[in-house]
Amino acid sequence: MRPFLYERPTSVSAAIAMASHLEARHVAPTQANTQFIAGGTNLADYMKLGVAQPERLLDLNELAEPALRQIETNDDTIRFGALVRMGEAADNNEVRRRCPLLADSLKFAASGQLRNMASLAGNILQRTRCEYFRETSWPCNKREPGSGCAAMEGVNRQHAVLGVSDACIATYHGDFAQALIALDAVVEVEGRRGPRKIPFAGLHRLPGDTPNIETDLAADEVIVAIEVPLGAWSRRSRYLKIRDRESYAFALASAAVALEMDGNTVRQARIALGGVATVPWRARAAEDALRGNALDDKTAAAAAEAAFADARPREHNAFKIPLGKRTLVRALLETRDMKV
Amino acid sequence: MSNSTNPSGLSRRTFMTGSVTAAAAVPLMAASTRAAEPSPARAVEPRDLSTISLRINKQAYTLALDNRTSLLDALRDHVGLTGTKKGCDHGQCGACTVLVDGKRVLSCLSFAVMNQGREVTTVEGLTSADGELHPVQQAFVDHDAFQCGYCTPGQIMSAIGCIDEGHAGSEDDIREYMSGNLCRCAAYPNIVAAIIQARDEIRRA
Repeated sequence: MRPFLYERPTSVSAAIAMASHLEARHVAPTQANTQFIAGGTNLADYMKLGVAQPERLLDLNELAEPALRQIETNDDTIRFGALVRMGEAADNNEVRRRCPLLADSLKFAASGQLRNMASLAGNILQRTRCEYFRETSWPCNKREPGSGCAAMEGVNRQHAVLGVSDACIATYHGDFAQALIALDAVVEVEGRRGPRKIPFAGLHRLPGDTPNIETDLAADEVIVAIEVPLGAWSRRSRYLKIRDRESYAFALASAAVALEMDGNTVRQARIALGGVATVPWRARAAEDALRGNALDDKTAAAAAEAAFADARPREHNAFKIPLGKRTLVRALLETRDMKV
Repeated sequence: MSNSTNPSGLSRRTFMTGSVTAAAAVPLMAASTRAAEPSPARAVEPRDLSTISLRINKQAYTLALDNRTSLLDALRDHVGLTGTKKGCDHGQCGACTVLVDGKRVLSCLSFAVMNQGREVTTVEGLTSADGELHPVQQAFVDHDAFQCGYCTPGQIMSAIGCIDEGHAGSEDDIREYMSGNLCRCAAYPNIVAAIIQARDEIRRA
């Protein structure tokens, strides 16, 4: 591991001032010399592997602002402070009562220990576990721009079928992010340019030709909160995650679903898909297919077809297309049948 | 080979912990002095040691450590507490589980320097002063909840966290909330039974 300096800012403004402003506009935060750390479950692992090589870490755990550690719920929104731990949010009764999708996307992620460590903001910024990204001897356009992609012709069973490019097919593995994109969450950020709010769908970037640039954030920007609007769909919501083993594994396919129903007719469907795409993935075509229609086996299957219409499989991951469709159909029907 | 036939009279564990402590003691003292009095003329460099004060099993420690040192390596190699085990060293197996400020965490993914001022509990800190085992330790013995034993300290620390969090309500809950602790000997049914016994005993207490 590269030796690093370690500092502990005590306010958000101090953390921003200490961040590397020279790099802020020109270097992806994940490749900056100075990087923020909170739970460390992703970054420490990647520093051990040599994937991340920061020269300086700014530990955000001593930031004094109380709101960073609070979950505020009211009738219209749930606001999560950035340093709230995954386990705390998963166990929050108000979160579960108002929006089971949020609680379950956290409960079925990682393990009890990791959920106690990982911050919510760090969780949504987690980096892919693509085996070729993790092992530095392989070419990887995300880790080393322009070096190529070993996954294209490699063992790509875990890789994405949606949102892929010729440069990268690495899966975004997070679960909470699927709930957030389905629910139109907003990410509150502070940085040298001042505070700004990013719609969750605008936070992550498709790999395109620059898979090394993963988010819209600058190196001097810190997420301070995640705000989730609530509505008629919030309580009728769930997260279904399909894995190689029943617990403590990344999704092969998952579906985040929230429904506003009028009898058996879908007034509004909110759908996101995990384990199958390069970024958190809102399935708008599936939502459009359901709107105004009865929700039954047939319409759910049609929505699933629409969700995967643009899927591009490689040698080992074509199974994710039928698996992803069945996962979405089951999630839709189970959500329809929820007693709320 | 049993310990009685060991010509040195030392068990493997005594040898391991003894050599760690002996090797660490002198450089630690020297390093502490150096870290406490930095030269004002020189900027801090990435390889400089950091001084970290924390409590481990209710005892105060001040350590001088490279920033790269994980809490796991600090416990094992610098403090000599080898009860906490290194399995994968990448947060995938749970063998290194300890409690930090009462919460179960993975010591392999935590830089020691980030634990300044925290209270760490390892498996060595569970037994009471009179030698009585913690209810979770006793339950693991009673239910034979291990074979090789390598994952056991992590299982026990994780089980304490799981019970304390209120996630040991049913067998299914225990399996879900203990899924971060792998056991290659597959002692899982016995581990679940042990946690149920310990949970009930802790509730009664």
